[in-house]
Amino acid sequence: MAPLSGDKPNKESTQITVSDGALIPDRGEASVFSAWRISFFGALVLVVLLPVLSPDPYREIIQFVPDGILRTFQVTVISIIFSLGIGLLTGLGRISRITIINRIATVYVEVIRGIPLLVQLFYIYFALGRFLSLDRLVAAIAAMSICYGAYMGEIFRAGIQAIPKGQMEAALALGMSRRQALRLVILPQTIRIILPPIGNEFIALLKDSSLVSIVAVSDLLRRGREYASTTFYYFEAYTMVALIYLVITLFFSKLVAIMEERLSYRGR
Amino acid sequence: MADSRITISNVSKRFGTVEAVKNATLTVAPGEVVLIIGPSGSGKSTLLRCVNRLETASAGEIYIDDDCVTCPHGNIRKIREEVGMVFQSFNLFPHLTARDNIALSPRKIKGIAKDQAYQRARELLARVGLADKETNYPDELSGGQQQRVAIARALAMDPKVMLFDEPTSALDPEMIKEVLDVMLALAKDGMTMLVVSHEMGFARAAADKVVFMDNGEIIEWGPPAQVFDTPKEERTKRFLDHIL
Repeated sequence: MAPLSGDKPNKESTQITVSDGALIPDRGEASVFSAWRISFFGALVLVVLLPVLSPDPYREIIQFVPDGILRTFQVTVISIIFSLGIGLLTGLGRISRITIINRIATVYVEVIRGIPLLVQLFYIYFALGRFLSLDRLVAAIAAMSICYGAYMGEIFRAGIQAIPKGQMEAALALGMSRRQALRLVILPQTIRIILPPIGNEFIALLKDSSLVSIVAVSDLLRRGREYASTTFYYFEAYTMVALIYLVITLFFSKLVAIMEERLSYRGR
Repeated sequence: MADSRITISNVSKRFGTVEAVKNATLTVAPGEVVLIIGPSGSGKSTLLRCVNRLETASAGEIYIDDDCVTCPHGNIRKIREEVGMVFQSFNLFPHLTARDNIALSPRKIKGIAKDQAYQRARELLARVGLADKETNYPDELSGGQQQRVAIARALAMDPKVMLFDEPTSALDPEMIKEVLDVMLALAKDGMTMLVVSHEMGFARAAADKVVFMDNGEIIEWGPPAQVFDTPKEERTKRFLDHIL
């Protein structure tokens, strides 16, 4: 899930990077019929055409699910913001020279990464719900944030460690404190490096947010299911849901790819 | 001690079981330019890096004037403000323009207003011959230009000592001179400089003292002409034969 692996990036070894974000189009694939174009426009055309050509039930479905799309975005955006905050703290903790902080951050990452997101979601909503009685939406966002915070933490850590040691030394030699050096010199460079992997996490989180339907948060998937269960149009409802997810994730994957290209082109 | 700007006494530095610097003693008077030469792995860079505590000496004492570098409770940040350092790999901040590289620490550490810091950056860039590169990013500059910006950046804190760690080793031959010229001008202006470098031309032109290190030890030192032309020690001779 985290595209930046834990290894030092400057090691001379062949590494393949596979993210489970949406298929990121690679730059070489520029033909009109690129896989991205076929999937994106294919899905988009179907989302538009199906309700037109076959209004019953597709038009009904497309009218039924938009508040689910909004809920999906709400969960995704709020979770990503929290997970970025948690990730920054975790990443700093992971490189901290204070043993106790370092240990806490590392244990957090290990524990969270070892438990499936679905189990975490159940745990926070049903298990902890016995003591906390959390609102389902709050529980869902908390679970997503805590889970993705661990992955973000690894991205921040890898990003910070990818900055050459000389940068910190130059900053210290000028009289900066370590904290100033991190804030003024290291982190601004880190953010440029980690924007693409963060974009990938955003896409992954958007897809994983469908899990929150399991605790009855009315996201896109849940709305589709609600429609299907009253009308029995299971095939049509889930087809529409899948197509809408596809359009959204492919759209964002393109954005991430463009961002990545810009960043590598300017080099800053 | 009072009349020396940098005082290094009996300094050793161990990395695990390796003793990189062994019992080094060296003083640099105000305005003096001292060159440290020696084969790679001789501990010369390590010794230099102990002077602003990028490496912590394992034993011995280092003073800048009366400020103790090696004392664990000394204010090392205050001392570092007064000790500029130039690195082999420049280490400019790639996300900042030349001007901002120079103005960053005066603004953030000394709290100097942006306009003033920029004005000073302009002057310093002119001084290193890069008046027209103010708004260029490091990756738009050649190695020699980057190194000159790095020198300007170090000067922006008004240091009383400048440390140079192989400042020309990463440069193409045609760019070495432009950096050495800036260093030469600095030396003429009376800057106290401790330089790790093999630039013999610079040594003869500007150095008051050349120190030869081998295997972590200071083998001999003296005026450039004496060390280069009539070295006392066999090891110095052998080294000079290799590089000349």
